[in-house]
Amino acid sequence: MLTFMASDSEEEVCDERTSLMSAESPMPRSCQEGRQGLENGEGAAQWRGFPQRGQESEEDHEEDPDRYVCSGVPGRPPGLEEELTLKYGAKHVIMLFVPVTLCMIVVVATIKSVRFYTEKNGQLIYTPFTEDTSSVGQRFLNSVLNTLIMISVIVIMTIFLVVLYKYRCYKFIHGWLIMSSLMLLFLFTYIYLGEVLKTYNVAMDYPTLLLTVWNFGAVGMVCIHWKGPLVLQQAYLIMISALMALVFIKYLPEWSAWVILGAISVYDLVAVLCPKGPLRMLVETAQERNEPIFPALIYSSAMVWTVGMAKLDPSSQGALQLPYDPEMEDSYDSLGEPSYPEVFEPPLPGYPGEELEEEEERGVKLGLGDFIFYSVLVGKAAATGSGDWNTTLACFVAILIGLCLTLLLLAVFKKALPALPISITFGLIFYFSTDNLVRPFMDTLASHQLCI
Amino acid sequence: MTAAVFFGCAFVAFGPALALYIFTIATEPLRIIFLIIGAFFWLVSLLLSSFIWFMAATLTDNKDEPRQRDLLIFGVLISVLIQEMFRFAYYKLLKKSSEGLKSINPVSGLGFGIMSGVFSFVNTLSDSLGPGTVGIHGDPPQFFLNSAFMTLVIILLHMFWGIVFFDGCEKKKWYTLLVVLLTHLLVSALTFISPYSGLNLVLAYIILVLTGIWAFFVSGGSCRSLKLCLLCQDKDSLLFNQRSR
Repeated sequence: MLTFMASDSEEEVCDERTSLMSAESPMPRSCQEGRQGLENGEGAAQWRGFPQRGQESEEDHEEDPDRYVCSGVPGRPPGLEEELTLKYGAKHVIMLFVPVTLCMIVVVATIKSVRFYTEKNGQLIYTPFTEDTSSVGQRFLNSVLNTLIMISVIVIMTIFLVVLYKYRCYKFIHGWLIMSSLMLLFLFTYIYLGEVLKTYNVAMDYPTLLLTVWNFGAVGMVCIHWKGPLVLQQAYLIMISALMALVFIKYLPEWSAWVILGAISVYDLVAVLCPKGPLRMLVETAQERNEPIFPALIYSSAMVWTVGMAKLDPSSQGALQLPYDPEMEDSYDSLGEPSYPEVFEPPLPGYPGEELEEEEERGVKLGLGDFIFYSVLVGKAAATGSGDWNTTLACFVAILIGLCLTLLLLAVFKKALPALPISITFGLIFYFSTDNLVRPFMDTLASHQLCI
Repeated sequence: MTAAVFFGCAFVAFGPALALYIFTIATEPLRIIFLIIGAFFWLVSLLLSSFIWFMAATLTDNKDEPRQRDLLIFGVLISVLIQEMFRFAYYKLLKKSSEGLKSINPVSGLGFGIMSGVFSFVNTLSDSLGPGTVGIHGDPPQFFLNSAFMTLVIILLHMFWGIVFFDGCEKKKWYTLLVVLLTHLLVSALTFISPYSGLNLVLAYIILVLTGIWAFFVSGGSCRSLKLCLLCQDKDSLLFNQRSR
């Protein structure tokens, strides 16, 4: 899920209700038993744009992308606004490219070096049908059945979450999230560390291990669920996404993984865009209540953009608060209990309390499910692409381009958009075509030492 | 082979591109995006040309070695053609989306070049980390170094071609496009016409220098500005920054 985080002004409370954005996180569908932590909830990835109606200049800027997306109008002088919009949009894209790339790098590096994650060692309970069958048809059927089961589990969890959220069972949701992140940060990290140490034949005694894992996990819990430096929170979110993706890569059988990737993009599309889709309902509910997104499931990157031009929106001057501060106060008042604490720290040290006229805070948010499934795609390409780096790289570029396009659409439509479909489609197309068409071509060229 | 070979060849092949990236592209988010888009366009062109080659190979279905080699040569020529077509398509896309093209010229070529270099060399690089002896059957033992230098020349050539090509499109000098296409064909053809990889490399480097000089003059450099730059009498030494102002 992608959200633009604009600075708040006083009049945006009612404006947010009228805007199509809502600050809702994807479904946290952590599983109660063992393995799959946050994968279900994070699978429903969503995009939101968050223009504040009270800030006209930003709206103008966000509408400017239309001008550069459509064919250039002849005779139009290259406006400063247009250039700034382009740069502003580009900054958002890069703010997402970097974490997605980092997550993929971690996953690919692990897959290529640690043998554990490419060994077949059983399957998850969500994919009970085996793929070790005699005929191709049977294998295909089994993978489709696995996909159906997995997707229905995800749908059920999503609906469960929507129901919980609608009936304000916040404590349950928080407990669920905390359980999942506990499991990811401690158990999966322990397993990962064990396998990495085994691969490199490094000995580590239990006291050191205990100290390391405890510190890592405890700081992670604090950073993700409470307060912490933004960079550290981002780093932890990337790491838990990578760990989750590695679990998927290990335990999902081959064909099931590809079919699941395809099916989940379709589900994402449906859930976010259909009027009765669970994610959309969640969006609208959160919007009505003016509540922040669960920080444990959203990667956010706050950015400060200096407005150096004449057309400055006056309402942005009062906006030097923590994002969602008014919402925090609202939810505090309305619920009569402490609201879910905000995890984003102001990105600049000198930022609170100063009347800096030129600065506005912007941010983009992407759901962790998107990270996970992008990394699963690239990781699977690295694991099964017959030792071929070209396939991995092709999938990587395809996913980045998909992300770019989705961000473009977000700037155009300015509403919740699913981040999975375009990237996963491109990724799948490029995986299969590179593996089957490009690889023989490049191999043959290399063996004859030809150059194109 | 050894880590020294791996790192040496990696830096020979990708060092200049990395330096260019760090100093000119990494600071501007928009350029990074255009770089990735350029890489994507090259990838699509490769996909298309592999598809055509694959179709041709399966349709003829002839296992003769010379026939396979002919098909491969056909594949290479088609690939070069399609790459240049996609370069033109990329130009059209950039034209539609941005007015300030001048600073983007080298970025687009670099995008193509990096992707091309990576695709041709990264598998060889990863093999160089493993065990083995190069040239045990009588092939030249400098295989890795040759490939690394060839990759480098291709990356830089793509960048220069990008500059020249875009400039030719801007000023409607269509003969420029033809020259770029022919030079590309020449460089690729060198690899299969001449069996001496050393000679190929030298010729490719000569072409590189010539294309580089052409690109330099096309993007507005002159002997005078070069002298000022070399003697550090110029305010800033990067030609790209100068042009984008």
